[in-house]
Amino acid sequence: MTRLSNAFPADRAALITFITAGDPSVEDTPAILDALVEGGADIIELGMPFTDPMADGPAIQAANIRSLTGGTKTADVLNIAKGFRARHPNVPLILMGYANPMTIRGADWFADACVSNGVDGVICVDIPVEEDDSLGDALRSNEIAVVRLATPTTDAARLPTILNNASGFLYYVSVAGITGLQQAAQASIEEAVNRLKSGTDLPVAVGFGVRTPDQAADIARVADGVVVGSAIVELVEKYGKDAYAPVRDYIASLASAIASAR
Amino acid sequence: MNDQANSFKNQPDERGHFGQFGGRYVAETLMPLILDLEKEYRAAQNDPEFAAQFDDLLTNYVGRPSPLYYAQGLTEELRKTAPEGKGAQIWFKRDELNHTGAHKINNCIGQILLAMRMGKTRIIAETGAGQHGVATATVCARFGLPCYIYMGSKDIERQAPNMFRMKLLGAQVIPVESGTGTLKDAMNEALRDWVANVDDTFYIIGTAAGPHPYPELVRDFQSVIGKEARAQMLDRINRLPDMLVAAIGGGSNAIGLFHPFLDDKDVEMLGVEAAGHGLDKEHAASLSGGKPGILHGNKTYLLQDEDGQIDEAHSISAGLDYPGIGPEHSWLKESGRVRYDSVTDTEALDAFQLLCRTEGIIPALEPSHAIAAVAREAVKMDQDKIILANLCGRGDKDIFTVAEALGTEI
Ligand SMILES: Cc1ncc(COP(=O)(O)O)c(C=O)c1O
Repeated sequence: MTRLSNAFPADRAALITFITAGDPSVEDTPAILDALVEGGADIIELGMPFTDPMADGPAIQAANIRSLTGGTKTADVLNIAKGFRARHPNVPLILMGYANPMTIRGADWFADACVSNGVDGVICVDIPVEEDDSLGDALRSNEIAVVRLATPTTDAARLPTILNNASGFLYYVSVAGITGLQQAAQASIEEAVNRLKSGTDLPVAVGFGVRTPDQAADIARVADGVVVGSAIVELVEKYGKDAYAPVRDYIASLASAIASAR
Repeated sequence: MNDQANSFKNQPDERGHFGQFGGRYVAETLMPLILDLEKEYRAAQNDPEFAAQFDDLLTNYVGRPSPLYYAQGLTEELRKTAPEGKGAQIWFKRDELNHTGAHKINNCIGQILLAMRMGKTRIIAETGAGQHGVATATVCARFGLPCYIYMGSKDIERQAPNMFRMKLLGAQVIPVESGTGTLKDAMNEALRDWVANVDDTFYIIGTAAGPHPYPELVRDFQSVIGKEARAQMLDRINRLPDMLVAAIGGGSNAIGLFHPFLDDKDVEMLGVEAAGHGLDKEHAASLSGGKPGILHGNKTYLLQDEDGQIDEAHSISAGLDYPGIGPEHSWLKESGRVRYDSVTDTEALDAFQLLCRTEGIIPALEPSHAIAAVAREAVKMDQDKIILANLCGRGDKDIFTVAEALGTEI
């Protein structure tokens, strides 16, 4: 958890990057994670593949299927996390995914697995605050951050509900929709970030539809973090096991745009 | 049985939980909308105008009440092979005679009225067999709302007549290639559409599943089946049936029949899942062959592996070909109030033909599963016992599938 709070520098936005574990294969994922760090990512979101990723667009859906078709198991995902922690002791790692793979063996089992494999936080797409007790309590009592999502449909009345028991950072999903498609207008992002920041001391990161260094820089001017996912996953799809260099270079281009944004 | 605490009808709780099942496992983007839907549904429940509109449409558009029918031909046929003195009387609730040919329309009428109350101007739905798609397209045509139906590519192939019906009714059918190309993938895709169109879109879910309040409201709209059947039974023979039987995909026709009888403790209930090629092979029986998990907005029994990855379901009946089940059934199973059993593709095909021959009724493949279970139970019961089964759909949509399974070219 301290790894996570230390990952947001005071003078620039953090770069938060997502890939799906086991894509293109369990063996190739560690190198792609290294490419993210090498390119300058501050926080890693490692996607746990699921057969039915209903909040994801075509790119991440396909990554989930590639991973599962290749035989990725939950044990493999946790092993990937463990290896990452050994290689990168200071880079925060978050598991992101869906409720069923996370809760199938029980919330306590999953929280323990997070602890013993060096995971700092969890984003579960389909456990809203209303169902928090099915996972959140176990995570919090093990000092694993429970990262909450705010969206364009989050109004002033709902925001306190989301912030209650939130930790790590607040993830603003800037478009009502699935991952990887359009990006929200800058003005609406600014308005939302300001509104969210007035309600919480947690860092606010913005994601969904961010692709180019310019877009990342625009968001970095107003938010504490920029989340990029589908664009990286598309590179992994395109280059497969040779994705290390293209991913590293792409991440570096985002990182330098963010560094000079403010 | 007015004792609330001991009633089986007091579910779900205020969070939408049926015991440990149900709930609201959706993306945050959808949460405000779902809370809004619940508020609007509570208001509608207390609005006599809403009830009047619903009843009027069910009577004059759908053709309710559906008949309650004593199936003498089937009863006598089964008695031929039953032990001496055995062979219960079989009655059917004939929801296959509804407008559009299945029970699905009951729910669609209720939900489109809710959609209009909420000022929504665009309708989406998922469909497996196409019956819910046709029913949704029908109410959209009736009320002039644009309609988008998600349907798995495999289901489009095996339910071609319904595909064409939806088009005739003005709906846009969107083929879903992802995953297994069946009902669960259609539901994923409908959820993806919904989350991107929260402002103007109402999602008409076709079974008693999904995030709260869907399982509750679909059950309530479908409960017209059981309420009518209960009153008709009392009116015709002044007694309640000894056993209720219904097929289960997501569980809406079954819960619609069962719910009004849940506190009649002498009425036994049997839900019938699809055993496909057999419970030890590919099937769609989530209660018999699955375990609790979270999918499509609710916690319920699911077919899944040890990592929680969802397994492919299989049934000859597209409407039952789903790896989950509505959460209230999971609860009714665990509470012991309802018994659940399963029927294979082959047994369902036999029952399909049996009903054609003995009653002059061509059933859908979904209730053919119920009929197979009825045949199994009837021969074990005394002749003065009564089984009431839900004949929830007619078989016109299935004749190509059945012909192929029987090796006949048409
Ligand atoms: C005629 C018929 N019966 C049953 C079903 C299964 O759904 P449920 O279990 O919700 O009644 C379907 C679904 O398409 C159907 O068309």
